[in-house]
Amino acid sequence: MIEKKVDIAVIGAGPGGLAAAVSAKESGADVLLIERNPFLGGILIQCIHDGFGLHLFDKNYTGPEYAEEMVNRLENAGVPYLTNCMVIDLNEKKELTVVTSKGLMKLIAKAVILAMGCRERTRGALEIPGTRPAGIYTAGVAQNLVNIQNLRIGNDVVILGSGDVGLIMARRLKIEGLNVIRVIEILPYCSGLVRNRVQCLEDYGIPLTLSSTVIDIHGKDRLEAVTMAKVDRDFNVDHDTTEKIDCDTLLLSVGLIPENELSKKAGVNLDNRTSGALVDNFYETSTEGIFSCGNVLHIHDVADYASNEGFFVGEKAAEYAKGKWKHSGGKPVKIGNGISYVVPQYIRNDCNEVELKFRVTQPFENVRIIVKNGDDVVFKKRVLKVIPSEMNILKLKSIDPEKDVEVKIVIIDKNIN
Amino acid sequence: MAQERKIICILCPNCCELDVSYEGKEILSIENDRCPRGLEYASEELFNPARTLITTVPIKSRNWKTVSVRTTKPVPKSRIFDVYDEVKKIRLRAPINRGDIIIENVLGFGADVIATRTVKE
Repeated sequence: MIEKKVDIAVIGAGPGGLAAAVSAKESGADVLLIERNPFLGGILIQCIHDGFGLHLFDKNYTGPEYAEEMVNRLENAGVPYLTNCMVIDLNEKKELTVVTSKGLMKLIAKAVILAMGCRERTRGALEIPGTRPAGIYTAGVAQNLVNIQNLRIGNDVVILGSGDVGLIMARRLKIEGLNVIRVIEILPYCSGLVRNRVQCLEDYGIPLTLSSTVIDIHGKDRLEAVTMAKVDRDFNVDHDTTEKIDCDTLLLSVGLIPENELSKKAGVNLDNRTSGALVDNFYETSTEGIFSCGNVLHIHDVADYASNEGFFVGEKAAEYAKGKWKHSGGKPVKIGNGISYVVPQYIRNDCNEVELKFRVTQPFENVRIIVKNGDDVVFKKRVLKVIPSEMNILKLKSIDPEKDVEVKIVIIDKNIN
Repeated sequence: MAQERKIICILCPNCCELDVSYEGKEILSIENDRCPRGLEYASEELFNPARTLITTVPIKSRNWKTVSVRTTKPVPKSRIFDVYDEVKKIRLRAPINRGDIIIENVLGFGADVIATRTVKE
């Protein structure tokens, strides 16, 4: 087996991993970036729509353009990388087993940055009854087939789930001349960003049916129809409201799950709220010297946020590899009323600056976001509208890490939606 | 005669739901706008709606079947499928560089269609 030593191994060359590799290298570390695809950029390459780079580059790039900008930065920084290589094992000693075209490689790293991204929830996870015909795709797979493989995936399309990828694909398929019949969402509100709902559905007159789901699938060889029904607040199906919709294609856009198989092998503890690693405010996981960033840590709204996280984590991992600081553990962040998760989950005891990223449990109007540090209110902001699909980011400059930090939503008026 | 329309301004995360009243090419009143950009947005959406077209073009290449393309600026919303038809007539051969002009001034709308990815071979 080939054996190699490196300061920092970065696993995955999407928006998070590319940024982490650049910043680790620029912070003076010896870095190796490993990507299983034959190309760099990860999922960005198939995301041919625009809306990328608004935060990071102050430009409205498409996914492939954003990827090329990041790859240029990687090449300018002189970061070595491997493509067509897959990490199949990782342990607590930060030893990686990598499949390469020349055989297995053992890579021994001082620090590891996990940036493997996420995968899509499938029909299996939803347990939709019915037959198992062809024509049922997750939205991201459909995106790859259409945008990269140049295939026509069907004619009459129903989309289940109003996540951003589903909305983007509704428009994409409509532009390619497919009949996009409707988008069905189980929640009482659209789960994607408002701008995507407006520009992808309303622009093309594609109806969105809320508080509804698919309860049956019909067809032997190819999908022939789905049965839609209303659900109540607790997601119980109302069988008196069924409607059969003829279609030959069903897209599922029903959530993304961080891909943490490798993390688990390295003993990294996961958060059951995010399905990503539990990290402190340097993004170090429960396993010393192993860091996490991007969608493998928690699902981001936009690639820019994943890259920003990567830039920060690359720097922190480089500091760790140079022995500038030690594993801390830290104090858990308290999750208060109205908050579904907070990243990081822990605050180190040697640092009083922290950036908190969090989502709310449901849409709220006219509320206060409050952060308490012990008994002190260290952040207070009135917001007119806050929704689960938009991640909130706030920086706190001088907290006392010995005291508890709690994030919560306080309702000003009682008109919750 | 004055007409009414609801327009969701998507320029920022507030996403104001504007109630707009207009006659001909003039906005008579606008409500629920939390900032001055709402009026500008509503005016564009009512009288001059435009969108960027993004799609793919087939390419002869060793590793790729498509190259992604877009218009360099928005084209009239009502003509987006006409622009699409023009783009879909194109067949490319590698190498293509990101930013290469695939169609100049498509249908005279003042926008070029450019490649958004480099395909080296």
